[in-house]
Amino acid sequence: MADTIVLKAACASDGESLHLQGVAGRGGATRILGRRRGGRRRLADALGLCAALALSGCGRDQLPVIAARGPIALAERNLLFTAAAVMLIVVIPVFVMAFWFTWRYRASHPKAPYKPHWSYDWRIDMIVWLVPAAIVIALGYLVWTKTHRLDPYRPLVASRLPLRVDVVAEDWKWLFIYPGQKIAVANELVFPADRPLSLRLTSDTVMNSFYIPGLGGQIYAMAGMQTRLHLRADGPGSFVGRNTQYSGIGFPDQYFAVHAVSAASFRAWVARVKHAPKTLDAAAYAALAKPSTRFPVTYYSAYEPGLFDRILHKYTARMRAPVPPPAPHPGGN
Amino acid sequence: MLGRLTLHALPFYSLIALGGALVTVLAGLAVLGVVAWFGAWRYLWQEWLTSVDHKRIGMMYIIMALVMLLRGFVDAIMMRTQQAVALNSQGYLPPGHFDQVFSSHGTIMIFFVAMPFLTGLINIVVPQQIGARDVAFPFMNSLSLGLTAAGAGLVLISLVLGKFSAAGWTAYPPYSELKFSPGVGVDYWIWAVLISGVGSTLTGINFVVTIVARRAPGMHLMRMPLFTWTAFCTVILMVFAFPALTVASALLGLDRTLGMHFFTNGHGGDMMNYINMFWMWGHPEVYIVVLPSFGVYSEVVATFSGKPLFGYKSVVFATMAIALLSFMVWLHHFFTMGASANVNAFFGITTMIIAVPTGVKIFNWLLTMYRGRIRMVAAMYWTVGFIVTFTIGGMTGVLLAIAPVDYLMHNTTFLVAHFHNMLIGGALFGYFAGYQYWFPKATGFRLDETWGKRAFWAWFVGFYLAFMPLYVLGFMGMPRRLERYYVPSWQPLLLVAELGALTILTGIICQIIQLVVSVRNRAALRDTTGDPWDGRTLEWMTASPPAAYNFAVLPHVHGVDELALRKESGSHMNPPGIYHDLEPCRDIVVPNNTGAGPLIGALAFGLGFAMVWYIWWLAILAGLGIWGLLVMRSFDDNDLHVIPAAEVERTETGRLSAAAR
Repeated sequence: MADTIVLKAACASDGESLHLQGVAGRGGATRILGRRRGGRRRLADALGLCAALALSGCGRDQLPVIAARGPIALAERNLLFTAAAVMLIVVIPVFVMAFWFTWRYRASHPKAPYKPHWSYDWRIDMIVWLVPAAIVIALGYLVWTKTHRLDPYRPLVASRLPLRVDVVAEDWKWLFIYPGQKIAVANELVFPADRPLSLRLTSDTVMNSFYIPGLGGQIYAMAGMQTRLHLRADGPGSFVGRNTQYSGIGFPDQYFAVHAVSAASFRAWVARVKHAPKTLDAAAYAALAKPSTRFPVTYYSAYEPGLFDRILHKYTARMRAPVPPPAPHPGGN
Repeated sequence: MLGRLTLHALPFYSLIALGGALVTVLAGLAVLGVVAWFGAWRYLWQEWLTSVDHKRIGMMYIIMALVMLLRGFVDAIMMRTQQAVALNSQGYLPPGHFDQVFSSHGTIMIFFVAMPFLTGLINIVVPQQIGARDVAFPFMNSLSLGLTAAGAGLVLISLVLGKFSAAGWTAYPPYSELKFSPGVGVDYWIWAVLISGVGSTLTGINFVVTIVARRAPGMHLMRMPLFTWTAFCTVILMVFAFPALTVASALLGLDRTLGMHFFTNGHGGDMMNYINMFWMWGHPEVYIVVLPSFGVYSEVVATFSGKPLFGYKSVVFATMAIALLSFMVWLHHFFTMGASANVNAFFGITTMIIAVPTGVKIFNWLLTMYRGRIRMVAAMYWTVGFIVTFTIGGMTGVLLAIAPVDYLMHNTTFLVAHFHNMLIGGALFGYFAGYQYWFPKATGFRLDETWGKRAFWAWFVGFYLAFMPLYVLGFMGMPRRLERYYVPSWQPLLLVAELGALTILTGIICQIIQLVVSVRNRAALRDTTGDPWDGRTLEWMTASPPAAYNFAVLPHVHGVDELALRKESGSHMNPPGIYHDLEPCRDIVVPNNTGAGPLIGALAFGLGFAMVWYIWWLAILAGLGIWGLLVMRSFDDNDLHVIPAAEVERTETGRLSAAAR
């Protein structure tokens, strides 16, 4: 079941609507082109789209990194484009000189000038040091400001409070705990498109890297450690998230469906999960944590409170004797 | 008795693994058969394996690198083929096999292709370029070769007995810990890396001392040829960086073998300590691998443009800057660990700063060609191909240095494309240029140019076909190390990449043909002068191949590009004056060959093998054997012999008269 959903999400083409367990998500194209936005952003989108089409000749849904569908992913992608464009100042002259000099000064060329002793000119030396240095200073400024602005730990400013989700990497599946809703879900992440996502991540196995291409960047999930990630979608839509850090034999199948949905759909979805027959008690968690591939999307109407912190402290217990009470989560409810 | 080693270690679990094992065993037997056929045991042992002559050691390193390149390339083409077919299916490899293949591909290409290739080039060239008769520690040189070969042997035998690691060439814990990787694979990786890493550290020490202490009279640091400069930076990096890898892999070995908890989940272990230490070696390693190639390009571009290198001091300074900065960037390999924005921004900026000296070098090579008289030989093809290709890799590298961009592209095939762009288009092209350029110096005859150019074109085109699709696949969100996948739109690009791998295969076949054709035509390709390219540096003053002592009379050096200076100063009509300072020959003391190096290497292989399989008695015996041989060697007073002046005189006269003809 999980596979077909994920595949459909991955392959959804323009205008195709994705019906999924009662939650309607829309294909990417109409949304991206239909939204109102500033000219600069539209230009960047158009550029991205051209690059996307030129690169693969297929729809933008196949190029989630280029056809970003969230403000974080878009800002990171635009940074990539900007830096690449700035570097062309150096790259293009190198290409031109490589081909031109090889041709112009070939030994078989009868009239090419030959200066066997010319080996230094301080003006040229200044240029070859200062131009790359200037570019790196410019890019360095970008790196400093953007790394701070796009810090995955930095809460997103939005009119609505973010949705808190605690994420646990397992072999080879993902567990999503919704502390505000008191529900838990395996291998599916659903959130309201009009609210940012505030994630805490850890792992109950080897190191994983959590990535939803199109929505934002990635962050490691490590046992005994907690990392943070903040994401946001432009609007309703479906994505494929996955682990990108090789983690063993089930690694290729370790992906999950992501759906950004309307507020009403989210409420309906939460209500449905609340009515799910299963709860994530100790036995259910043990079954979940056992290494397995193609674990189906599973809804748990409740989980044992403090589950995330227990998983986290399982690996640090010997280091600090009393387990501290879970810190209040700064990211909203 | 045999620890974990039972009949189950034999690869009867899959036909492909069995085939690989059979090929390995048969190739080994074939080599032994050829040696036996020619009755060359004594020759092989006395003239080659026990040799302490830096040129022969260098050639053995390069032969090892080329053999391992074939093995690593088989892995590469297996991976490309698997990914070309594994859409919605398991592909042709049994589950888990792909993981071993990518792990052994990376391990082999870095530790047993790049390292021996560059060490071989440094061995052959550096002592001659600085006008020395030998390296500082000839026996230690032979020992380094033995240890590197022992590591390579462990990787090769893992194909026959047991399985290789599936934890990637970086062996990140906790996945590489016993709990998640219980087999012998990671132990094979640890011991191969530990043993060969010690060899590399010793090589580093040896050449730091050689370059500092063994330069010819008049060769100031700022008169050293550029290859020697880059080799100098490389070996300094080896000395400082390799211990970090040795410690990291040894601690991982303690975790696995003695149940310690340096990097485990829980019990106070911290995986990030390993990852930090690994990359504290790993990033300088990138420059260890690429700096010698920068040196090759510098030599090749100056020689074949018929001009001195543009901005010698600038290039030297840039090389030193790269070497220094390479220790300050390691964290960019894991921006996604969750470090603070300050940390990520700092390492992003230091990484970008490296692009400045690297860019300077690119421009200086181009400006060397400007108003030159460029002879487009095969070595020059590799160089121009490098300049274009490496620039693209540099650009994607700077992109990855921007932490927020790395959040998107990390662990995707974009990253894979980037570092292959640097390692093939940057390092390997340089090794091939050096192989083409110094082949006549090492063997006495040139390589065939036509087949060399064909090999270049196949590699060049093949590289673009194989790796440009991977950049695009990164934008499509494809992670690296994927055994199978479910996204149909990835497949066309993976098929193009497969085509690229096959094109590179054509290039490798061209290189094999080139070698065969050149050996067959060696009479026509013979280099009698010792200076086949109209070279500019001291190594072209010796005979091809050089005598055991390299220089009958140590040359006095007057400036950068000493040989070019001598040719210009009018002594051109008088070859002995160029190639040979006019002084009477004296007795020359050279070191005796010794079997201690290869024997210690063999025992180190035994030690590694025993530790992998928990055969404790063998480990103790091998360890004691290594210790005993070292003691015996240090009490061996009969380690030098003298080549009498008369014999030197005879050799040199014969050579110079041959050159004059």
